Amino acid sequence: MLDGILAGLSTAIMPTNLMMVMVGCFVGTFIGMLPGLGPISAIALMIPITYGLDPSSGMILMAGVYYGAIFGGSTSSILINAPGCSSTVVTAFDGYPLAKKGQAGKALALAAYASFTGGTLSAIMLLIAAPALARVSLSFQSSDYFALMLVGLSAVAAFAGKGQVLKAWMMTIFGLMLSTVGIDKGIGVERFTFGLTDLMDGFSFLLLAMATFALGEILFSILKPEPDTSAEENSALSEIGSMKVTKEEFKEVAPVAIRSSILGFFVGVLPGAGATIAAFLSYGLERNLAPKDKRDEFGKGSIRGLVAPEAANNAASSGSFVPLLTLGIPGSGTTAIMLGAMISYGIQPGPRLFVDNPEIFWSVIISMYFGNLVLMVLNLPLIPYIAKLLAVPRTVLLPMIIFFSITGVYLVSFNTVDVFIMILVAVIAIFLRLATFPLAPLLLGFILGGLMEENLRRSLMISDGELSFLWERPITLTFTVISALVLITPLLLTAFNRRRVKKSEFVDDCD
Amino acid sequence: MLKQFRKRVASSLIVASIATLSSAAWAADLEKIHFIVPGGAGGGWDMTARGTGDVLMKADLVNKVSYQNLSGGGGGKAIAHMIETAARQQDTLMVNSTPIVIRSLTGIFPQSFRDLTPVATTIADYGAIVVAADSKFENWSQVVAAFKENPRKVKIAGGSARGSMDHLIAAAAFKGEGFDARKVRYIAYDAGGKAMAAVLSGETPLLSTGLGEVLEMSKSGQVRILAITAPERLAAAPNVPTLTEMGNNTVFANWRGFFASPGISDAKVAEWNKVLSKMYKTDQWATVRDRNGWIDNYRADKDFYAFLEQQEEQMGALMRELGFLK
Repeated sequence: MLDGILAGLSTAIMPTNLMMVMVGCFVGTFIGMLPGLGPISAIALMIPITYGLDPSSGMILMAGVYYGAIFGGSTSSILINAPGCSSTVVTAFDGYPLAKKGQAGKALALAAYASFTGGTLSAIMLLIAAPALARVSLSFQSSDYFALMLVGLSAVAAFAGKGQVLKAWMMTIFGLMLSTVGIDKGIGVERFTFGLTDLMDGFSFLLLAMATFALGEILFSILKPEPDTSAEENSALSEIGSMKVTKEEFKEVAPVAIRSSILGFFVGVLPGAGATIAAFLSYGLERNLAPKDKRDEFGKGSIRGLVAPEAANNAASSGSFVPLLTLGIPGSGTTAIMLGAMISYGIQPGPRLFVDNPEIFWSVIISMYFGNLVLMVLNLPLIPYIAKLLAVPRTVLLPMIIFFSITGVYLVSFNTVDVFIMILVAVIAIFLRLATFPLAPLLLGFILGGLMEENLRRSLMISDGELSFLWERPITLTFTVISALVLITPLLLTAFNRRRVKKSEFVDDCD
Repeated sequence: MLKQFRKRVASSLIVASIATLSSAAWAADLEKIHFIVPGGAGGGWDMTARGTGDVLMKADLVNKVSYQNLSGGGGGKAIAHMIETAARQQDTLMVNSTPIVIRSLTGIFPQSFRDLTPVATTIADYGAIVVAADSKFENWSQVVAAFKENPRKVKIAGGSARGSMDHLIAAAAFKGEGFDARKVRYIAYDAGGKAMAAVLSGETPLLSTGLGEVLEMSKSGQVRILAITAPERLAAAPNVPTLTEMGNNTVFANWRGFFASPGISDAKVAEWNKVLSKMYKTDQWATVRDRNGWIDNYRADKDFYAFLEQQEEQMGALMRELGFLK
């Protein structure tokens, strides 16, 4: 194995391959920044170029583009609330409020540090344990995925503000309902399509996110123009360039970044989950772990809420290389394209890859370290300039965001109907916002709903309709118990606190 | 697999724009071909169109090749586009495969191959029944014996919905053994890769998929291919038995081919076929074909049409039996 790692290292530091890392990261970041264009677009663009390269260089280039795009996707999430790809949707939840507060520079810098932590830690985990991790990714079955999605759903309170839990649940259920639209994946029956071809593929997650967040936000701010604060704004804007993160803040988010990286990596290793799920899960986890005074900041510009999904989605994107390289199983659309490219090089990813082609296997993993460094070096100095985007007068910025979010959605499908659906969803979103419904739970319900349903149906079919799978598999049982605990604990705590209060009152009376 | 790509893949604009590369060749047979891909970039249809277009250009058979990804409605969007804009699609070929037959039978889109001009099928993939390397099933007859004992225990995974290709292949294979096709317990996964993960993790014992997707994995010893639905053993996989040699006369080919808009002249179809058959003889084609694990399966024009009708009948009968068609 050491021989292989050394061979990989010597391949990875060849000037051509170092250049591939740089080019990949640069192209990826740039494409990722454009709303709607994510890693799949970026990689699909690079494929014709990679055919002319040798396999290692090609893979290194594509890997660079992949994590570069996820890195870049956070920029548009933070600055204009329009996620570049689905895995950076969660980044917008706290990143955009931070930017609105005039801390865009800091938010971008924190996102960069978090991505770097996620990427580097997961590259280390890959290097140490990639072959062994193959077993982890195969240990999950449908019932385990179902239970994992349950855990995700139970974190819904994390996506709600104070006193909004009931509304958050209503929105989650709305999201679950929306996820059933389209040709159902089990039996191939059309559901709620009303015979419309355009609804057959269901709603796209990115469309919903863009409509509710980017477009909804703009229309809302037009409807309810905030009082003229140009003087204040100017002073806030002058700070945009400042990307200083204080020592206290570093201390606060360091454990968050490490936890989220580990969680994100393992979720990424599972072929049935992926970076978007990882971001949602780590956000929910961090909110539950946060001390009470910090918890209320979530959704309003919490630095924890920004760092968690950013570290997790980058870690997950490296994690997804485990099933790809060691088993030949693509866990996402992006890795499926990379698998196709590898096969066309005549390389079959699988258990024999790091025996037969160690230099490819290890050089890709080692190039990830360089890649993450390159991303940092490339992006940190640019942040002040990128953040200046917000200094653009609102009358220019708002139409720009409308333009980018609409073209972003159009580019996903090349379907004009999607644009109309998007506008309709945005209008509905405005009404929901006026009634103070939180919108993040809608996205949570939507993204988890489809996966949850599919996995539940499969588990039921496999166990011949018995519910026994819920307790027969240890992994499933563990997750089910966790989600039950997450749901019940707050209730118990409230009840317990009430009793204690009563008791103390009683004692007081005695005195 | 296609389904997964169709849903997730974005991208096409950039790809389309950079793909419009042109090479100024003098002796090209055709001026230009525009490929319409009903799914996203990177999927099976996309690879077929781009692989073919690439060879056509490198072999100087066509001067200019361009691509357009048009996903939606399981391919229905692209078919509708071919028909609605037929007048300006004189140089356009749409790539498609077996699902065009299945999906028009189930009514996912109202059109069928009859509403287009079938030009040629160029490659094929055969169905494969696969188990993990450590499976208790050593060969197909053990599966048959287990199915006879208790069909509920013999669950079979596939990367697409019930009633779609992977399910039909599995159902046909068991029906060929004289069993009731409705007894086949098919578990649908939303992508081929996930179905493969399920088989490797031991969640489901069997996998129904395309040979091209598992050939390399079987060579590396991760999986065992119990049987394929080819009429005879393939040069690419001489050790893999066919169902026919085991007395099961199930033959099924998932073809990929090209269609033109309705009302295209016979002369134009002949021109396309001249170019495609020339392409078959080039070394570039052999490289691309082998790189992607494709198997040559050339049927042109009328031949292709007859084959489509025959497949429609085969699939239709099976789907009626399974209750997917009334």
